[in-house]
Amino acid sequence: MGRVVNGRIRCLERESVITRSPKKVVPGQSRVQRSLYLQYFVEPFLYLSPAILLLGVVMLIPLIIGISYSFQAIELLNPFNTGWVGFENYRKLWSDRKFWLALDNTFWWTFWSISFQFLLGLGLALLLNTQFFGKKLFQALVFLPWAVPTFLSALTWAWLFNPVIGPLPHWLAAVGVLSEPYNIMGDPNLAMWGPIVANIWFGIPFFAITLLAALQSIPGELYEAAEIDGASTWQSFTKITLPFLAPMIAITLMLRTIWIANFADLIYVMTGGGPANSTQIVSSYIFTTAFRKLDFGYASAIAVALLGLLMIYAVFLLWLRKKLVKI
Amino acid sequence: MARIELKDVAKCYGSVDVLRNVNLDIEDGEFVVLVGPSGCGKSTLLRMIAGLEPITAGDFLIDGERMNDFRPRDRDIAMVFQSYALYPHMDVARNMGFSMEIRKDPPSERTSRVQQAAQTLGLTKLTERLPKALSGGQRQRVAMGRAIIRDPRAFLFDEPLSNLDAALRVEMRLEIARLHQKLGATMIYVTHDQVEALTLADRIVVLNGGDIQQVGTPLDLYERPANKFVAQFIGSPTMNILQVQGQQKGVTLTDDAFLELPQLSDAKKAVELGIRPEHIDIVDEGDLVGVADVVERLGSDTNIYLVVDGLGHLMVRKHGNVPVRSGERLNLKIQSANVHLFGKDGGSLAA
Amino acid sequence: MAATPSTALSIGKYAALAGYLAFALFPLYWLMKIAITPDQLIFSEGTDLWPSTLTFDNFRSVLFQTDFLAYFGNSLYVSLGTAAVTTLIAAGAGYAFSRFEFSGKKLIIAVMLVTQMFPLLMIIAPIYKLVASFGMLNSLTSLIIVYTAFNIPFATFLMQSFFDGIPKDLEDAAMMDGCSRFQALYKVIFPLTLPGLGATLGFVFTAAWSELLFALMLISKNDAMTFPVGLLTFVSKFSVDWGQMMAAGTLALIPSCLFFIFIQRYLVQGLTSGAVKG
Repeated sequence: MGRVVNGRIRCLERESVITRSPKKVVPGQSRVQRSLYLQYFVEPFLYLSPAILLLGVVMLIPLIIGISYSFQAIELLNPFNTGWVGFENYRKLWSDRKFWLALDNTFWWTFWSISFQFLLGLGLALLLNTQFFGKKLFQALVFLPWAVPTFLSALTWAWLFNPVIGPLPHWLAAVGVLSEPYNIMGDPNLAMWGPIVANIWFGIPFFAITLLAALQSIPGELYEAAEIDGASTWQSFTKITLPFLAPMIAITLMLRTIWIANFADLIYVMTGGGPANSTQIVSSYIFTTAFRKLDFGYASAIAVALLGLLMIYAVFLLWLRKKLVKI
Repeated sequence: MARIELKDVAKCYGSVDVLRNVNLDIEDGEFVVLVGPSGCGKSTLLRMIAGLEPITAGDFLIDGERMNDFRPRDRDIAMVFQSYALYPHMDVARNMGFSMEIRKDPPSERTSRVQQAAQTLGLTKLTERLPKALSGGQRQRVAMGRAIIRDPRAFLFDEPLSNLDAALRVEMRLEIARLHQKLGATMIYVTHDQVEALTLADRIVVLNGGDIQQVGTPLDLYERPANKFVAQFIGSPTMNILQVQGQQKGVTLTDDAFLELPQLSDAKKAVELGIRPEHIDIVDEGDLVGVADVVERLGSDTNIYLVVDGLGHLMVRKHGNVPVRSGERLNLKIQSANVHLFGKDGGSLAA
Repeated sequence: MAATPSTALSIGKYAALAGYLAFALFPLYWLMKIAITPDQLIFSEGTDLWPSTLTFDNFRSVLFQTDFLAYFGNSLYVSLGTAAVTTLIAAGAGYAFSRFEFSGKKLIIAVMLVTQMFPLLMIIAPIYKLVASFGMLNSLTSLIIVYTAFNIPFATFLMQSFFDGIPKDLEDAAMMDGCSRFQALYKVIFPLTLPGLGATLGFVFTAAWSELLFALMLISKNDAMTFPVGLLTFVSKFSVDWGQMMAAGTLALIPSCLFFIFIQRYLVQGLTSGAVKG
C-alpha cells in the first residue's frame, strides 16, 4: 500500500505516467570501458586534427623549409653558388638600402590603408546600424568590393587613375586637389596613394561587416540608461560603443594589418613597385627578388625579417589589449 | 531501481579543487536536493553524475555498478537543464520524443508515448509548436516531458526553476513534487534556493566551497544545523548570529546580559550564538533591550529589525500584526531551548 | 526649429549613404563600361562616362573564341571544392575552440595566427617542390588542398564565432537523450549553424576565386588554368586587350559577387552572436 518515508507517504506501486516499454538498452552491460577522463581529454583533438594536419603539412613544414632557405644561397641565375651561408643573407639585408626604404614604405602603406579603411568602415557600420529605406539592398551592394578579385580591382583603379583613359585625374584637377591632370602613379611622392585608395576600397567591407556585427550585439538598454543620465551622442559613443567594440576592433585591426603588410598584389599590378622604388613594400620587394632576380635565399631572408616584425607587432597588440581590459 | 552511491568523489580542474570527499548514498526513489551558494560545486557534482564531466577521483555507482567511465547515454539518466535546452528547430512533439528517435524506436510507439506524456503535463494543444513560441512555464514542462519519456533510472534537475517568475516557480515546484509522488523515481535536484530544498527534499545535501557541510532531512537541518554555514543558509529569514562569550553554564551576551543554558553540557567553547527570528519573544522584561529600526508587515507575519546595545543588529519575526513602530524600545527574550552555539571553527556545539 | 536638426541629420545620413554606395560601385561600373566599349574607342573615349557605341563583341569573343569558359569552369571547381572542404574542417576546429578548454589551445591559436603573418611568397618554392614530389603539378586538386590550408585559420575564427552563439546546453541535452557527441553535432547543432556554414562557404569561395599567385605557380597546362591565370594571358599575348580583359573580368565577377551578396547577411548575423566574446 503505502509506506511512510521521512514523513511523506510514498506509494510503492508506481503510477504509470506512461506505459513502460521494454528497455532495449540495459545500462551497465559489460563492455570494455575506456576511462571517461581519457575520452573527454582526447575529444577536442579529434575535432581539431584535420585542421592541424593540413596546416602542418601545407604551411608549417614549408615555412620551416622557407626559413632554412634564408640561410642558404639559392640563386637560380647563379646555380654554382649554392650551399649554406649562415647569416650572410641577413647581413646583406641589414645594409640593403632598398630594404629599409621598402620597410618605410610598408609602414606608410599599412598605416594609411588601415586608418582610412577602419574609420570609413566604422562609419559605414554605424550607418548600417540605423534604419533607412532600402537598407537590405544597400547593404548587399556596398559590401561588393570585398568580392572583387584583387588584381581586377588593381587594374580598374590603375585605369581610373590614368589621365589618358581614366576620369579621376581630371576630376581631381577640377576639384583642385591636383594642379593639372597627371598620372599620380608616375610621381614618386604620390604614387603610393593609388594602391592605397584601391586598398581602402577593397577593405572597407571587412571592417564594416565585423564592426556591424559587434555593434549589433550591444544591449540597447545601455544607451537608454546613458540617455537618462544625460549623456550626449558623442559621450554615448565614446563611453559605451567604443569599449564594447574594443575586443572586435583589436582582433580585426591586428588581422587586417598583418594581411595588408603582406599584401603586394595591388602594388605590384598598379605600380610594379616604382617609380624608383617609391611604392616598393617589403612583400613586393620579396616578389621581385624571388622572381625577377631569382634569388630565393635572399628573398627568404627578407620574408623572415618581415615575419619577425609582424610577430612583434602582434605580441605588442595583445599585450596592449590586456592592459586596456584592466582599465 | 536506482540506488546511487558516491564514494570519496572529488573533482579537480588542473590544480584547482572543485569538489572534495563527497560521500553520499541515495536510496531508490529518494528525492535529494543539492543546495549551496554559487560556486559551491553542486552543478559540477550533478554533471558528474550525468556523465557530462569526468570524475577525477572516487567511485560513482548505480545499483552497485561503477559508472565512472560510462558515457551519458549509457547511464540511463535523464536531466532537466536550467535553460531547458529545448532543440530550437524541432517542435514540442519531436523534442519530447527525441530520445526514442535516437534509439530508433518504432514511430507509432513514439507518437503514443509522446501523447501520453503531453496529456500528463497539459501540453496536448502545443505539440506542434516550436520552443520559441512557448512561455517559460510551458518550456519547462516540455523539458520535463522529454525526461519523463525516457523512463530513466533517475532524474537530475539543474536549477530548473530559476528562470521563472515567482508565482510560476511555486506552481512548477508543486508539479515536480507531484511528479515525484506519481513516479516514485530517484530524483537529484540542484538549487541555490533553500525554500525549494526544504519543500521538495527527502534529504538535503548542503555544499559550500567544494565540501559537504551536512546531509539530512529538512527538519534535521533546520533544527540541528551542524555548523554556522548550514544554520545561516537554511531557514528564511536568516538566523541571527550574535557574538558571545562562552561560560560554564551559559553565555554572556552583553555586559549586562547573561543567558543561562542549562541543557548544554559545556558552553565554554562558544564564540557565537545563533537564534532564529521566530524564536525571540517580545516581553515586558527580558534579556535584552533593543530599538526598532525597520518594521516590515507582511500580513501573516511582522518582521522587526532592531538595534541592540552592545550586540548590533537583530531580527525578530512574529505571527500576525504586531503594533510596533520604528524607534520604539522593546524588551526581548531569547528562547533558550532553541539556541544554537557555535565554536571558533563554526561547528555546532550540540548538546 | 525642432524639425531642422533631425532633417539635417537625415539629409546628412542619406548623403553619406549615397557617397559610400557611389564609392563602392563606381569602379565596378567603370569595369563594365570598358567591357562594352568597342576596342577602337577605348583610348579615345577613356574619360567619358558612357561610350558612344555599345558593343558586346568583347563578351562574345571572350566566351567563344578563347578558353575562358574552360578557365571559368576550373575556377568554379577549385573554389567550390575549397569552400566545401575548408568549411568542413574549420567547422570541426571552430567547434573544438568553442566548446572545449584544453591544454595547448592557446598554442594552436597562436600558430594559426602566425600562419597569417608570413608572406605566402616565402613558402611558394617549398610548396612547389612538395606538390611536384607528389606528382600533382597541374592538378586542380592540389590547388584545393593548398587553398584550404590558407583559409583554415580565418574560417575557423568565423565558425568559432557562430558556434559561440549556440548554447552549450543543447549538446548536453542531446547526449543525455542518447546521442554521442558527434550525433548531437549532426542532428541538433548542424541545422542551427546553417547560416554560419553558408557565410563561411561564401567567404572562402570569394578568397579562393581570386587567388592568382599559387595558381600561376602550380598550373602551367593551359586546360587546367583557373581564370585569374587566364586573365593574365590577355596581357601577355599581344598588347593588353583591355576590352576583352574587362569583359572577362566582368564575367568573372559574377559568381563571387552573387555568392557574397547572398551570404553577407549571415556573416553579420553569425558574427553578432559571437562578437561579445571578442
